[in-house]
Amino acid sequence: MKKLINDPKNVVNEAVVGFEVAHSDIVRVSHDPLFIVRADAPVRGKVGIVSGGGSGHEPLHGGFVGVGMLDAAVPGPVFTSPTPDPILAATQAVDGGAGVLHIVKNYTGDVLNFETAADLASAEGIDVRTVVINDDVAVKDSLYTAGRRGVAGTVLVEKIAGAAAERGDGLDAVAAVAEKVNSRVRTMGVALTPCVVPHASEPSFVLANDEIEIGIGIHGEPGRERIKLEPADAIVDRLLAPILEDLPFENGDDVLLLVNGMGGTPLVELYIVFRRAVEVLTEQGIKVTRSLVGNYTTSLEMAGASISVLKLDDELTSLWDAPVQTAALRWGR
Amino acid sequence: MSTDASTDTGHTNADRPDGAPTVDTAWTVRWIQTSAAVLATERAALNTLDRDIGDGDHGENMDRGFQAVLPKLAGLAADASPGSVLKLLATTLISTVGGAAGPLYGTAFLKAAGAITGADTLDGAALVALLTAARDGIVLRGKAAVGDKTMIDAWTPAVDAAVAAHAAGASAAAVLTAAADAAAQGAQKTEPLVAHKGRASYLGERAIGHRDPGAQSTSFLLQAAADSAGDSVADVTGATE
Repeated sequence: MKKLINDPKNVVNEAVVGFEVAHSDIVRVSHDPLFIVRADAPVRGKVGIVSGGGSGHEPLHGGFVGVGMLDAAVPGPVFTSPTPDPILAATQAVDGGAGVLHIVKNYTGDVLNFETAADLASAEGIDVRTVVINDDVAVKDSLYTAGRRGVAGTVLVEKIAGAAAERGDGLDAVAAVAEKVNSRVRTMGVALTPCVVPHASEPSFVLANDEIEIGIGIHGEPGRERIKLEPADAIVDRLLAPILEDLPFENGDDVLLLVNGMGGTPLVELYIVFRRAVEVLTEQGIKVTRSLVGNYTTSLEMAGASISVLKLDDELTSLWDAPVQTAALRWGR
Repeated sequence: MSTDASTDTGHTNADRPDGAPTVDTAWTVRWIQTSAAVLATERAALNTLDRDIGDGDHGENMDRGFQAVLPKLAGLAADASPGSVLKLLATTLISTVGGAAGPLYGTAFLKAAGAITGADTLDGAALVALLTAARDGIVLRGKAAVGDKTMIDAWTPAVDAAVAAHAAGASAAAVLTAAADAAAQGAQKTEPLVAHKGRASYLGERAIGHRDPGAQSTSFLLQAAADSAGDSVADVTGATE
């Protein structure tokens, strides 16, 4: 596998240096311990929002640090959760006295490391609340698994919770709105090709030329079923059906539709997916009132996409529309 | 605590057929050094196990953690207790391993250290307490039970075997050997299981036929604990000092 890298051991550090220089108007970086904070952190009296997790999902999470979204992101090694130390340091760096919200994707490593960091931060007198994101409907039976995974819906939680914090909501209210988004968003993904972790010599899994994997997570971990490649519209229908029946989404709902690329699929294909998803939703009387198309929660160079549907109301819509200025999302300023 | 039979710290009764009646700080240090050597050797093998049913970095992460603790061992106080050595290991693993293994092993060794606080030598009863506390710490964090296809499938049989060996009057070294043997069997027994925790749980029946990498690393660590108290002591210290 060809990669545009130097020493595999330096992938994350070198990328963060580039990110820091490219976006010095928006962020500051601490290199040891490694975390990214918005340039004006800590903001006095504002709830701080920290997220993080393994690298390889860019722009998640560093690309969402800035005004109106995250106060800090903590990148771990590729596909490996950061340890508690940098999470604690980031929490301290963004604590403006109003408490800190941790937004954590539901993966065992992320949950355990953030939990440990939250314990340490609490012991230092910082009020920490944690919201665990689990929007992935591909995991069927949560009783006998580690539970549904946190995937692309995380971006929507970070944006909307970030807007709530920016307008001055308290810690309880920001945590509540984050929980609300998580409870109303559902996601399902498909992989056309696997990805290769920089320090590994082989792909994380193998797909034949004519095979796709439905229901993948964001680390190349397998999903619900492996099937033969189909036209885009058929794949979209497969992804949307379990999403729509899960909440369930109903005739008359207003929704935000996110079509997210996994890193190796061109935008032209993502718009084909988006087009079909809107068709299906419209047929069912569900109105797409907000939309987002692009690579927001990736899995290295994996080809594929995920579809997320968020049931909106006036509050969530207005928080979505609120100004945001980050490396990967910018509007309204 | 039993009598202070091993103040002669680098040489823990390797000549006794029944093994050392107690172990001490030197054993604790050797345990870590041996573990680091084994994990460095088995790094790729653990990565492969993890790639089959996880994300392929367990060997990478464990190797990084144990390599990080090696230079810190040199800075230990001359009168450091076994518990303080394990605490150093725990905090290092928590801050360097990442993934799920970092907090799980870190908590295990932190609780193990707490169970032997103040003791300079460890007899069979103390080792049973150490292993039990480690296992309980992992359960506390990870909430896994036997049969979930996790490191608990190696730890719990190891604790049970240690308890039984101690009840039968085994020496410290024999307690560790019993634990190591049971952990090895426990790791092997994860192969036919469906995983209920961690990333492998997303595979459903596709996890069947693959050994759990965390159970395997537990087996390596407990084998290193036994080896560090047994006949191979001279070799190990010779190689690492």
